[in-house]
Amino acid sequence: MPAPPPALDAAPLNAPRSRADLFWSFTWLALQGFGGVLAVVQRELVEKKRWMTREQFVEDWAVAQVLPGPNVVNLSLMIGDRHFGLSGAAIALAGMLALPLMVVLALALLFASVADVEMAQRALRGMGAVAAGLVVGTGIKLMAALRGNPMGLPACALLALFTFAGVALLRVPLLWVLLAVGGVGCLWAWRRLAPDVRPAVPAALTDPDSGQTPQP
Amino acid sequence: MTPFTLALSDWLALFGHFLVLSLLSVGGAIATAPDMHRYLVDTRHWLSDPQFSSSIAIAQAAPGPNVLFVGLLGWNVGLNAGGGTGGGWFAHGLGLLGVVVAMSGVLLPSSLLTLSATRWAHRNRQLRAVRAFKAGMAPLVVALLIATGWLLSSAGGDPANDWRLWLLTAAVALIVWRTKLHLLWMIGAGAVLGMVGWV
Repeated sequence: MPAPPPALDAAPLNAPRSRADLFWSFTWLALQGFGGVLAVVQRELVEKKRWMTREQFVEDWAVAQVLPGPNVVNLSLMIGDRHFGLSGAAIALAGMLALPLMVVLALALLFASVADVEMAQRALRGMGAVAAGLVVGTGIKLMAALRGNPMGLPACALLALFTFAGVALLRVPLLWVLLAVGGVGCLWAWRRLAPDVRPAVPAALTDPDSGQTPQP
Repeated sequence: MTPFTLALSDWLALFGHFLVLSLLSVGGAIATAPDMHRYLVDTRHWLSDPQFSSSIAIAQAAPGPNVLFVGLLGWNVGLNAGGGTGGGWFAHGLGLLGVVVAMSGVLLPSSLLTLSATRWAHRNRQLRAVRAFKAGMAPLVVALLIATGWLLSSAGGDPANDWRLWLLTAAVALIVWRTKLHLLWMIGAGAVLGMVGWV
């Protein structure tokens, strides 16, 4: 392909041809995603299928990340909803989960039938330690995302420390940790964001539905 | 595993617990794994520690979203309630019921919230409250992932050999952080290291 990158960027976006296309696209994504689907989603939907731009992907990912629920599941709901409404969201979700769920259950059955074999037990023990490392490594990777946080690194480190101590060491139920530490975090971020947001308020806050601009 | 049976009220309690966790699963369902462990293993004794850890390990090794580990937790709860793998079709039927209860519980509230909140959040992404929520929750999301790994790695319960497990966990964390090595290679290496008896 001799086409230069700018021409590629300017090319119009594609859309899923049908609900069936949506379902099988997400099934194919999910079945490629060993150890996490995010990287596959970016490559397939942004670079290959061109259903969304990189910028849209980053925006959607930010929202998918802060909302509760699995990030890639939330992302599939958003994309399905955008193209086919509620039924599209349900179909994208089904595509993401149906076949992979069968694969996972088949694996579980396989392990159950050899569960008494000592070697299988030892293999699972090793895999469990690796799974723990995968989660920790992903957490360490995501620390880089805190650099641009408006609260500043010391405040972020303190909030993270309290969260870790509460959940991992003191074993406090997650709800209380999220309400207490998360509440403090959101309030602190709200305070830190206050001076910067004022100049942009009038233009940015016009509600597209009502057409009204709130008074600053 | 001490034998037990599940009444309708127990299934509803399981469903209700996952409904609540769904709304708390900022950063993915894996972020609520510590609380699932507390409820299913420590409080209710519906799952053994190895079953909990292997559910996560299998879901991570398999293709697809990692949230499928929740389906496996439900599968194992149902299977245990039906008398384990020796329970025949009845136990496997309860296992499937467990999959449906756990998956729908953990996905329903968050999916409905995502659908209703997405358009609003997208339109108002410059709003101070939206940005404050994103910024304020970010450190918690990171810390919850590390706490999950911490709880998973200390599930061995065999102090004489635990240092090897910790070493393996630390090495994998380092590799994930610093390289782009396919995660499946690491899961495979963990299985082999376990089989030859190194960990």
